[in-house]
Amino acid sequence: MTATQTVAEALELSPVESHLHPEGSFNVEDHAVPSGLEEIWRFTPLKRLRGLHQDTPLDGDDFKVEVDAADGVTAVSVPAADSARGASGYVPVDRVSARAWEAAQSVFEVTIPANAVIDEPTTIRLHGEGLEKAAAGHLLVRAGQFSKAVVVVDYDGSATWAENIEVVLEDGAQLTFVTIQDWNDDSVHVVTQHARVGRDAELRHIAVSLGGDVVRASTSADYLGTGGSVEMLGVYFADAGQHIEHRLFVDHTAPRTKSNVEYKGALQGKDAHTVWIGNVLIRKEAEGILTYESNDNLVLTDGAKADSVPNLEIETGDIEGAGHASTTGRFDDEHLFYLQSRGIEEEEARRLVVHGFFNDIIRRIGVPSLQERLVASIEEELAEHVGRLA
Amino acid sequence: MSTLEIKDLHVSVKTEEGDKEILKGVDLTVKSGEVHAIMGPNGSGKSTLAYSIAGHPKYDVTSGSVTLDGVDILSMTVDQRARAGLFLAMQYPVEVPGVSVANFLRTAKTAIDGEAPKLRTWVKDVNEALERVTLDKEFAQRSVNEGFSGGEKKRHEIAQLELLNPKFAVLDETDSGLDIDALRVVSDGVNRYSTQGDRGVLLITHYTRILQYIKPDYVHVFVAGRLAESGGRELADQLEAEGYDKYVKAAAQA
Repeated sequence: MTATQTVAEALELSPVESHLHPEGSFNVEDHAVPSGLEEIWRFTPLKRLRGLHQDTPLDGDDFKVEVDAADGVTAVSVPAADSARGASGYVPVDRVSARAWEAAQSVFEVTIPANAVIDEPTTIRLHGEGLEKAAAGHLLVRAGQFSKAVVVVDYDGSATWAENIEVVLEDGAQLTFVTIQDWNDDSVHVVTQHARVGRDAELRHIAVSLGGDVVRASTSADYLGTGGSVEMLGVYFADAGQHIEHRLFVDHTAPRTKSNVEYKGALQGKDAHTVWIGNVLIRKEAEGILTYESNDNLVLTDGAKADSVPNLEIETGDIEGAGHASTTGRFDDEHLFYLQSRGIEEEEARRLVVHGFFNDIIRRIGVPSLQERLVASIEEELAEHVGRLA
Repeated sequence: MSTLEIKDLHVSVKTEEGDKEILKGVDLTVKSGEVHAIMGPNGSGKSTLAYSIAGHPKYDVTSGSVTLDGVDILSMTVDQRARAGLFLAMQYPVEVPGVSVANFLRTAKTAIDGEAPKLRTWVKDVNEALERVTLDKEFAQRSVNEGFSGGEKKRHEIAQLELLNPKFAVLDETDSGLDIDALRVVSDGVNRYSTQGDRGVLLITHYTRILQYIKPDYVHVFVAGRLAESGGRELADQLEAEGYDKYVKAAAQA
């Protein structure tokens, strides 16, 4: 019996018929080449994926990985065959993910030992050094029982990159997992992440998406035991021509679990496009759960487009709470008037409002060095385009 | 010594039925050291006067002038007017999520003064200003006006008034919605500001209640978009006894 089967049986879930819960498969052929009409692909500009969703070989090696592991954390590359991949119970849900699974020669494994409490973040930097050859990656982060740690994955440079990320939290583990998409403007990154959250474990998942031509990040989480908690926070900033897509799916598979999803994004410039899909499924077993998801978009200029689709499917009436909210708007003139009436110039007032908009999320990240970097990155984005703010 | 001079000010707003004139020729001069109370019924245009002076984009000045020491302020942006020395305490202060009071105050002070305040004394100044209006110093870390009660928002406006110390303050119904304790705190703040001697106050109010705490030098009755009568403090007593009826009827017949 494989690890995946064991875990699937341990869950003992009743079958659910939901479009939120696609049947996965490791076999690439089980996933047809998408046409763009499919629900899960309809927002994605397939033509710009450089064939990641078709048959482009994923054998490129124009990238560098740098690791800065905190004391006590092991971070090593393991041949795929010898790795523990699949430990999260993840089965590829789309063609890009299945192809990346098949193509990955090795798995980067980050392991936090049980009971270890580690303040210092462990950082993995993936630096792309070429677009021509597409490449595949696989990252597995395992947080042992009652451990506490921070893991940051930092992407930059130029790459065409298909990737699977698995995150496993054993019982009582607390993990802050951060991804930062700081790619050059020509990169394409399609990443599928799945987290399995143990009993009473707490995952804080933080996604920051600033760079790239096309970034499509699909992130799902489910629970192996009661009392687990998932917080997914996201910050994104799309410039002219950029497509940034976040697809979140929280599958409440156990009673008294919690989830809170909050994403905030700003858009500026012609054809800047962001997509946020927030799916939550509350299974029959998942009594007494609490879930909330929200997405706010701030459209800074004409010509940008934000899609925002929250979905909630509830199969039990016995829950503590479930809700969602989505807003997309322009600058609030009253905000600007108030700040300007105190002598603050319009440009500065706009900056303050945008920083404030993101600060709600940033100040909750809890990693000071990262918070500072994000504030600086947003300032840079604003400085670059501030002349066009109108 | 400064002068804020409003001459024959006409202001319209856009409505679904076209432009609607709200201010129909306002004449008023406020000098430093003076406290003017403008009193009037709901819908008379008092707030429009306040927002027009501050430069809110919703209000369209169709004719007339507003000058500060002879300099036209109507051609200035909202922030330029503030830097020229005008301050508007708003009836409904705006919530600005994610921007801390501390950051907001420092940015505003820097803009008004043209240089950053000295770090060492500034934190103390802010804490003291908050304390004077009985706001805990932890307010400095909260988002601007977010989750503040009505009274806290008004007291925050007065803390800003004292920190930014403009030449002229326009207070738009700062007293409305305040309980008696908060009203005292707010009035004390305005009095500290005005007793500096070289600052002017334009106090817009619906009720005479606040005039027990702030003693105006001049009282104006504002009805149907213009000043119907001007006088001294005794005019407030008369309004307290008789209400606005006389003026509203006269305006309707005009």
